[in-house]
Amino acid sequence: MRKIEIIVRPFKVDDVKDAIAALGLKGMTVTDVKGFGRQGGHKEVYRGAEYQVDFIAKTKVEIVVDADRVPEVIDAVSEAAKTGKVGDGKIFVIPVEEVVRIRTGETGPDAI
Amino acid sequence: MNSADTSFILICAALVMFMTPGLALFYGGMVRSKNVLATIMQSFIMLGLVSIIWTVVGYSLSFGTDIGGLIGGMDFFALNGVGMDTAGSPADNLPHLLFMIFQCMFAVITPALITGAFAERMKFGALLVFSSFWVVLVYAPMCHWVWGGGWMGDHGALDFAGGAVVHMSSAAAALAGCLVMGKRKGYGREPFIPHNLPMTLLGAGMLWFGWFGFNAGSALAANGLAANAFVTTHLAAAAAVLGWLLVEAMHGGKPTTLGAASGAVAGLVAITPAAGFVTPMASIVIGFGGGMVCYGGVLMKTKFGYDDSLDVVGIHGLGGTYGAIATGLFASIGAEGLFYGNASQLWIQIESCIATWGYCFAVSWVLFKLIDKFYGLRPSEEDEVSGLDVSEHSEAGYQI
Repeated sequence: MRKIEIIVRPFKVDDVKDAIAALGLKGMTVTDVKGFGRQGGHKEVYRGAEYQVDFIAKTKVEIVVDADRVPEVIDAVSEAAKTGKVGDGKIFVIPVEEVVRIRTGETGPDAI
Repeated sequence: MNSADTSFILICAALVMFMTPGLALFYGGMVRSKNVLATIMQSFIMLGLVSIIWTVVGYSLSFGTDIGGLIGGMDFFALNGVGMDTAGSPADNLPHLLFMIFQCMFAVITPALITGAFAERMKFGALLVFSSFWVVLVYAPMCHWVWGGGWMGDHGALDFAGGAVVHMSSAAAALAGCLVMGKRKGYGREPFIPHNLPMTLLGAGMLWFGWFGFNAGSALAANGLAANAFVTTHLAAAAAVLGWLLVEAMHGGKPTTLGAASGAVAGLVAITPAAGFVTPMASIVIGFGGGMVCYGGVLMKTKFGYDDSLDVVGIHGLGGTYGAIATGLFASIGAEGLFYGNASQLWIQIESCIATWGYCFAVSWVLFKLIDKFYGLRPSEEDEVSGLDVSEHSEAGYQI
């Protein structure tokens, strides 16, 4: 099993959700986050004084899938979240040791 | 008594009162969200505190019988002899009570203006002590000097609606305050970004609206002079928005909404001493210049390294001084300035600026130092970092 963390532009979240749903995958966790990548933040000016704002608003989508489905998820999400401009985000794939569905007690792939 | 004048000044007094909550929002939007309530409170409390001090003692010190050109006597202590008719009123067309309450609104907003200089870092109790003494020791004498029969008015200094009494006096105190109190914790190392600029623009709009009562009402009658002051006030603010945004776009790259709001206030400050003495076309020149001058004023704090949180010195100080001097240049109604052949008026204006800055700065400095010694001006570092809303008032502005 793998956890896939996807950092995307906030306005792309619906496209990413639809792309994941189209693969037949169910369930995701979405969080508003802030951060910066290679492009850094942006500049704001108040009464002539410049401030560097380092953290830019992004949205993090987390899903857990079987390891063999990771490539198709990456392809679908990359396609859905892409604008081609700096700041499109990142996809992280992390091993998952165990999953438990709290309601039934199921574990492993059955619990996803 | 003139009922048209009375009704007009009643409305003007209400308009000037509205400026204080407007200022509270103007300032409140510019601080960080953890200090929004404390900042609003610093203005709002003046409606309570100063109104009482003014009616009991401040009005008499300002407009009581002149003592040596320096201060008024105690003849109007606790509104003694200040009644519903015109008896004893400095404006013989208005009920004495009305003149008193119109002036009260000026006294309320002036110490509120100062609070922008030390926003985010002053104890509420210390503010109450400072403001109480300041109204008695600084505002009342200044008001007497200019409008109450004191030496500055006698000398011929022109101050239609409070360039010296309100704006320079508060800015001089503001400068003393931020020098005595030092910088906010983290100043220069972390950005202090306004948390709610829409609130600031709403406040600026309320100030602009209330300023019509401030300046037009200073004619003390419903007449042509009031109309002239109304028009010059509006045009100066309008031109100052354009002046500020022009230099801001040239210097910073983009015109900002905070710049538009700041420019409007700068223009209103600049025209305040001149409003009844200049023509509408002169007010456009004064306002446009005021916007540009005050933009430069707010850059000064970075250059000189003091932390005037919300630019009281840059806007009210520089704007008020510029406006007082501009009055000496452009005056043509009821007085003549340099451009109308009276060079001595300009010199009188400069003298009045020096006296105002000197007196108000010195007394305010001593007051701040004394309060710091005996009571303490600043909250603890931990309280300052956690925000004054919680540490001073046990409240939070937003539950998100």
